[in-house]
Amino acid sequence: MNTVVRAQGLGKKYGRRWALTDCDLEVPAGHVVGLVGPNGAGKSTLLNLAVGMLTPSAGSVEVLGAAAGTQQAKVGYVAQDTPTYSRLSVADHLRLGARLNPAWDESLAQQRIQHLRLDPKQRAGRLSGGQRAQLALTLGLAKRPELLILDEPVAALDPLARREFLQDLMEAVAEQELSVVLSSHLVSDVERACDYLVVLVESRVQVSGEIDTLLATHFRLTGPRRDQKDLPRDQHVVTASHTDRQSTYLIRTDKPILDPAWTVTQLTLEDLVLAYMGRDVQPERPALEVQR
Amino acid sequence: MIWLTWRQFRVQFLVVAAVILAAAIVLAATGPSLLDDYHRLTDNFIKNLALQRLNPLLYQIGVVLPYVVPPVVGAFWGAPLVARELETGTHRLVWSQSISRWRWLAVKLGFTGLGVVAVTGLLSLAVTWWSDPIDDAINAGQESNVYLPRMFPVTFGARGVVPVGYAAFAFALGVAVGLVIRRTLVALAVTLAAVILIEIVAPSLVRPQLLAPTDLYVTASAENIRGFMLSGPESDPEVKQIEVASGAVGAWKLYDRTVDKSGKAVDTLPNWAMGCAPAPPKGIPEPEPRTSAADRNACFQRLADEGYRQHIKYFTADKFWALQWREFGLFQGLALLLCGFSFWRIRRDLS
Repeated sequence: MNTVVRAQGLGKKYGRRWALTDCDLEVPAGHVVGLVGPNGAGKSTLLNLAVGMLTPSAGSVEVLGAAAGTQQAKVGYVAQDTPTYSRLSVADHLRLGARLNPAWDESLAQQRIQHLRLDPKQRAGRLSGGQRAQLALTLGLAKRPELLILDEPVAALDPLARREFLQDLMEAVAEQELSVVLSSHLVSDVERACDYLVVLVESRVQVSGEIDTLLATHFRLTGPRRDQKDLPRDQHVVTASHTDRQSTYLIRTDKPILDPAWTVTQLTLEDLVLAYMGRDVQPERPALEVQR
Repeated sequence: MIWLTWRQFRVQFLVVAAVILAAAIVLAATGPSLLDDYHRLTDNFIKNLALQRLNPLLYQIGVVLPYVVPPVVGAFWGAPLVARELETGTHRLVWSQSISRWRWLAVKLGFTGLGVVAVTGLLSLAVTWWSDPIDDAINAGQESNVYLPRMFPVTFGARGVVPVGYAAFAFALGVAVGLVIRRTLVALAVTLAAVILIEIVAPSLVRPQLLAPTDLYVTASAENIRGFMLSGPESDPEVKQIEVASGAVGAWKLYDRTVDKSGKAVDTLPNWAMGCAPAPPKGIPEPEPRTSAADRNACFQRLADEGYRQHIKYFTADKFWALQWREFGLFQGLALLLCGFSFWRIRRDLS
């Protein structure tokens, strides 16, 4: 099984409004996948559909080879705003996890609580946002899922708590063999934690692939003004901007860039994501899938 | 899952259960002496109660508590059961554990519902057992202005299995309302209001439909006359209605109308029917010279001669348990329907 999440023509309607339309997506196993997109792109809806919290209005979504929501024990989910029972203590939450999950890893849960220096007797309502998120993550990890889905887990956290959370997530992923899908609207989160990127804008996957590969195949070309159609066939233009005398292209190519007229610069992940987020959504889908 | 249900529910449960347990203990402690009085004083039992302070109070508590428990259980146990989870988002935490929504709801509903039945069952058992001597004495014909036959609407709903049926219904209603409204406080208020309304309306609108009442025509007489309903100026009143006694001790009369020769219910009786009006109770001075006993009898005779009769419907005292089970069954059925709705609803999107 190589695909952990596969969506085909997936759509979700709330009343009359479509939150997600005709979304196709494939997420390979064994990665920490960052799902990035502007607010309202349908990230949350997509993830909620993947864990079976919502049912699709159109199309289908498969998780770990079966319809979403049918393999609850194998899929961990940390919901947006990391909800916890405010009146239950930390220990109560672990007990809840132990009783409701057949594959619960009690020693892992205890270790994490100790490592985080959480007082087991403390009520979850008294925890800081970061601690609460960590508690929710602990529940998700100790369940020993094959796939862990996190919906904007760090959105409400301060920068320090953010870093600690993602650090912890990375460590846990390194120890357990699991795939992770993590949504965020901040590139820096993804850069820190993920090795695979999916950019979603208005329900459409703009680009997806391993981050290293993406960075190695995207370049900024600056040089004398030139028309787009004069570029070589293997150079796919992501964005283009022109001044009177100068052209700047952001391109994707697998081949070396031979034209000496261009000044070629490497892109940062943020440049890359912003380029894909900023351009107009194209009605027909260009072949942007990066081959692994 | 049972552990989690209990962990979330225990405070509300203990508060209500403590009150009911306290009431049950007090009733259990005072019941034997009340029963003893009943055997010892026989026909003077009810009269003697008027001299006591504690037992009449306990009797009133026994009437009030079974009506208080269903709205409380519906609003404080039922309404937050799902609504609080949806409001705080914790449903997304618990549903992402390895447990299906159906099982989650089934355990929560089943376990808490069992608590509802146990608690109201205990209360109703204690009240019914404690009040039994009084109910027996009243049904045996001992007169009282304070204690009503247990067939009467107010006491009927505070005895036997009916309170259990109401509580189960109120609980299921609270859960369903919470699932639809998704706001704990609003769901709580709506459930509270709805259950109280149903408690007020059901005895007069629903209960008479559950069983065929005894249906009779009787002629009014000086012996069975119970009341006159007058309207208009005091000097020249119209007789709107006459009420008669059903003759069955401990029965609940739910219908009493005067019909004329053709069998049609009349809105107003002829003016001369004023002559049938009974004398006011002793001690209250008559406002004006009234008709004599002989005149009154003549008046009743004229009513009978002209074909006026009373159409009455009533439930006799021996129908008590038949009616109890039917009303219980009705509300239990409604509770199951509401649970069915909740199961259907929870399968659909709630995020």
